[in-house]
Amino acid sequence: MELSDASARILAALLEARTGQRLAVSRRWRIESALQPFIRDHGSVDRLVAAVASDRPAGLADAVVEALLNNETFFYRDRPAFDLLLGPALSRLERLRAGTKRLRIWCAGCSTGQEAYSIAMRFAEQKPRWQGWTVDIVATDVSRGVIERARQGRYTQFEVQRGLGVGQMLRWFDEKEGQAWQLADEVRRMVRFEVRSLLDLAPPPASFDIILCRNVLLYFCADRRRTVFARLAAAATPEAVLMLGAGETVIGQTDAFAVDPECRGLYLRAAAAAPVRLAAAS
Amino acid sequence: MRSCLVVDDSKVIRKVARHILETLQFAVDEAEDGREALSRCEAKMPDVVLLDWNMPVMGGMEFLRTLRAREFPSQPKVVFCTTENDAAHIRAAIDAGADEYVMKPFDRETLESKLQIVGVA
Ligand SMILES: C[S@@+](CC[C@H](N)C(=O)[O-])C[C@H]1O[C@@H](n2cnc3c(N)ncnc32)[C@H](O)[C@@H]1O
Repeated sequence: MELSDASARILAALLEARTGQRLAVSRRWRIESALQPFIRDHGSVDRLVAAVASDRPAGLADAVVEALLNNETFFYRDRPAFDLLLGPALSRLERLRAGTKRLRIWCAGCSTGQEAYSIAMRFAEQKPRWQGWTVDIVATDVSRGVIERARQGRYTQFEVQRGLGVGQMLRWFDEKEGQAWQLADEVRRMVRFEVRSLLDLAPPPASFDIILCRNVLLYFCADRRRTVFARLAAAATPEAVLMLGAGETVIGQTDAFAVDPECRGLYLRAAAAAPVRLAAAS
Repeated sequence: MRSCLVVDDSKVIRKVARHILETLQFAVDEAEDGREALSRCEAKMPDVVLLDWNMPVMGGMEFLRTLRAREFPSQPKVVFCTTENDAAHIRAAIDAGADEYVMKPFDRETLESKLQIVGVA
């Protein structure tokens, strides 16, 4: 059955209200394919939309929103940027935090966990270096389904090798029945996953040294994007590093962050970027 | 331009791999089995070999062992690409001198990242 304009608009509005994600008209075709099982259960798109509108059965709207979200992710997605983050940017933070020996990292919009685990694995591989440090990794996503999967740390054969080298795969994953690969508890326990929307209350102020918010804000409207950037800035320590997705930038989007002059491709709080630039120039 | 030799007895797999590799700016050559791959390497050594496990005439492991035992002026990176998808096979391949391992099915992101990890992309 054809998806009417009216139904598409209602579903798109629901998605945007709950998550900030806008479904561009050119991506509306996704609605039907993403909602196929729901449409089958309800008999038609219009009946599904009516049921969603009255949220009956309870939880239907949540489930539909989750199905409409794009959860694409993989390990070390955009490898050169991860090399920058876990190389020079992390070394700089290591120097800055040598006194407190504490680092806090936030993956906002973490999907099924590969991004947070990419970082956790690296710390686990550098035990002597981080001896005596407290490294907190918090990963959040609006979708309950992906957070549950992330917590399990269990990936299909297809997922486990996407972005991950075979050495790390053999070191940190156990092969299980049904071509599944289970992440070692040692790494799994390093990440705390929470269901949380970027639109909801901000996390505690000035707490994170590294923030990843990648391939999440792409489909936000400009206003919302600016609000979220401001919140990320508020949640960041003055020296914090922000990492976005490969095609994303803060330039022209917000004044809260600026290009990190030492690590191009990463971003710093706007106030921090200027002195670093001076230091780099001298 | 980096070069890749795709060694697989399946024409379909060679075509899929070629397509992805070309979008990653590789010059691609093909061989249907290990023996043909060896003569390609003798003629001109590629930067990287994408290697199937089971092939007629000469399989991937025999090719790899022969390649690594020969004194070529340079050795290519070797990325296995196969349906032998268990940890034991993967370890055996690495022990025999493979640099990376791709389990079929795979996509562009998987192949690209493996090529980055071995340092050719
Ligand atoms: C395309 S995935 C990107 C995952 C990962 N950051 C990466 O780059 O590989 C986007 C994720 O953001 C989540 N998301 C979308 N809107 C969100 C919001 N308002 N708050 C938190 N997470 C959100 C989605 O559920 C999805 O898992």
